[in-house]
Amino acid sequence: MDDHPVLASPLNALDYDPAPESAAVAHLHESYGLFVGGAFTAPEANEQFATLNPATGRALATVAHGTTDDVDRAVAAARRAFPAWSTRPGSERAKYLFRIARLIQERSRELAVVETLDNGKPIRESRDIDIPLAAAHFFYYAGWADKLEHAGFGPAPRPIGVAGQIIPWNFPLLMAAWKLAPALAAGNTCVLKPAETTPLSALVLADIIQQAELPPGVVNIVTGDGRTGAALVEHPDVDKIAFTGSTEVGRMIQRRAAAAGTHLTLELGGKGANIVFEDAPVDEMVEGIVDGIFFNQGHVCCAGSRLLVQESVADEVVRRLMRRVDQLRVGDPLDKNTDVGAINSAAQLARIRELADAGEAEGAERLTSACALPSEGFWFPPTVFTHVAQSHRIAREEIFGPVLSVLTFRTPAEAVAKANDTTYGLACGVWSEKGSRTLWVAERLRAGVVWANTYNKFDPTSPFGGVRESGFGREGGRHGLEAYLDV
Amino acid sequence: MSERLGVRKTYKLVVNGAFPRSESGRSYEVRDAAGALLANAAQASRKDLRDAVRAARAAQPGWWGASAYNRGQVLYRVAEMAEARREELADQVVAAEGVERAHATATVERAIDRIVWFAGWTDKIAQVYGGTNPVAGPYFNFSIPTPSGVVGVVAPAEDSLLGLVETVMAPICAGNAVVVLASETRPIPAVLLGEMAATADLPAGVLNVLTGRLAELAPVLADHEDVDGLDLAGAGEMRADLAARGAGSIKRVLADDPRDPDAAALRRIRAFLETTTVWHTIGQ
Repeated sequence: MDDHPVLASPLNALDYDPAPESAAVAHLHESYGLFVGGAFTAPEANEQFATLNPATGRALATVAHGTTDDVDRAVAAARRAFPAWSTRPGSERAKYLFRIARLIQERSRELAVVETLDNGKPIRESRDIDIPLAAAHFFYYAGWADKLEHAGFGPAPRPIGVAGQIIPWNFPLLMAAWKLAPALAAGNTCVLKPAETTPLSALVLADIIQQAELPPGVVNIVTGDGRTGAALVEHPDVDKIAFTGSTEVGRMIQRRAAAAGTHLTLELGGKGANIVFEDAPVDEMVEGIVDGIFFNQGHVCCAGSRLLVQESVADEVVRRLMRRVDQLRVGDPLDKNTDVGAINSAAQLARIRELADAGEAEGAERLTSACALPSEGFWFPPTVFTHVAQSHRIAREEIFGPVLSVLTFRTPAEAVAKANDTTYGLACGVWSEKGSRTLWVAERLRAGVVWANTYNKFDPTSPFGGVRESGFGREGGRHGLEAYLDV
Repeated sequence: MSERLGVRKTYKLVVNGAFPRSESGRSYEVRDAAGALLANAAQASRKDLRDAVRAARAAQPGWWGASAYNRGQVLYRVAEMAEARREELADQVVAAEGVERAHATATVERAIDRIVWFAGWTDKIAQVYGGTNPVAGPYFNFSIPTPSGVVGVVAPAEDSLLGLVETVMAPICAGNAVVVLASETRPIPAVLLGEMAATADLPAGVLNVLTGRLAELAPVLADHEDVDGLDLAGAGEMRADLAARGAGSIKRVLADDPRDPDAAALRRIRAFLETTTVWHTIGQ
């Protein structure tokens, strides 16, 4: 690290004109039904609830609250569709998935706007990351559908049956793709339950599935809240549950699945450590720390929410980091210049505030980005805590927001010990120009993903998932097939 | 001349490479298939179980840190020790299971061959279950299978030797450390295997064998927060309850019955393997 003073960036003096994407591109309906057996139910058949634009707090549309009966009908539709779908030649299943991938690409602008409206994430991210990766996942797993016997799970791997899939609100369409694509490639049929606060992109996906002429019942999408998800988990005719969400809910689901003997994979919480050694490449590292915690407002299970920085460079790293954090553009998610969007819900905002306040109360020092926040909607400024101890709640609990906790270490062994001092084990980052040390650290981290000199990168070919209380099973790659094969 | 009086053996626990009696001082009677007293086995307590988990946790990084080649040689050495004690093992299988001598001998030989099979896996697992991933970007991306850590095994109740070998060797060959609850009624082959492992340079704590009452020990094992995985092969009617307890700390739980042996063994190996994926930037 050099000793040159860090000058105030001339960028601070520049203002950007707003460059908003058009909300009209989303083509939202006023209300939505459930997608069961290849058709949408009439919206008025169900109690409706509003899904909000978190950037304004106003309703975008209303969606159906799926009841136990609705879940029952969806599971029955999936069961009816299973024999034909699972015995259809893999090459035919593949072509349906290729169609879905292409349709997502064709409707990518619409999907990006829907996602940003419903979730609050910057259009830059939904446009460049969420939607292209969702299409890529379908494209990748399409190719596996007729090659399952080469996947390393024996000569004739069989699908499990009806899969119940419950996804979170942080990457709504991408999580739907992570769940559906491998399940369908392997020959399962699915009932997908989108998150309560972000159901809209899954409903556009239902429309895409209709356009792709996927056989009725192969994919069913039932919107609702936790009660709808619970009905799916408790349904006796569901053979497999795949859940992404909190460790607390994951525990309840695992108990239930254990009693029923249901196949299960869990992708749960995390408290990722981003480990910075003194020889790290400075500019890349500062960008990587920012991406690690402020990407998607920190609503990322694998977020680098703990920064472990070598003591010799800690002050310098924090200084450069705060200079960068002050330049982050927080605001209208539809603006193409926006770096950090809205917090997804009032409930999540309350949780972030509560933990950030606990950080201060426990003695950590709070540094807040100077950015101005919009007056309506749900917002939290990018925040960095220094002088954090391992015992602080902000170092132990998943905040799931734009809040970074900075801790220091002296030796690689201490860095590893601190990184592993958590019940989670999802992801970590290592920043160093010394490859041998990076690999030494990576070998010792108890984590499912290690990013070296980068962070928060995802790819359909790359297995993702946690160890310990971050869950089990992998999504992505050849490994992701195992979750949907009875092997 | 009078007949020589035999020297009887006391069967003890195997914890951290040592052979303690239960700290509780308790023992229980083990009877042969005909109902005659075979031995007084140690009746492990919850404290013994916690000690065993601590030993396993301490031993696991060293076992995984050894080269895969070395781990394979150590497990092959276990087979060598078992081969030398075939007669003793067969005697115990006859006594415990009440089978014909020829059947017991075949079982022992099969068990030894299975240990050899698992020994050969140690340096294949990474190649078969790992690999590189062609991500769309300037990154070298690879996935390596890594052990879950500490695995608790409830050994099969009936198949006291072969079932034990399958359930214990699968996680150990993958780099885990094991705490096994031996068959309650037929615990002696498990104690013998623990003795052989200790003389085969298996590091202390990698295989810990507890004998005693399953109803007392298994719930403690399933609840223990420092146990990463559970193989409930021998849990019988306790299986669902133990599996649900495992959810408390999101354990990896293998609760099904084995089907064909090789497929079941691969499932056992995979059950206690994690996948760690590493992304490294590529640049000049």
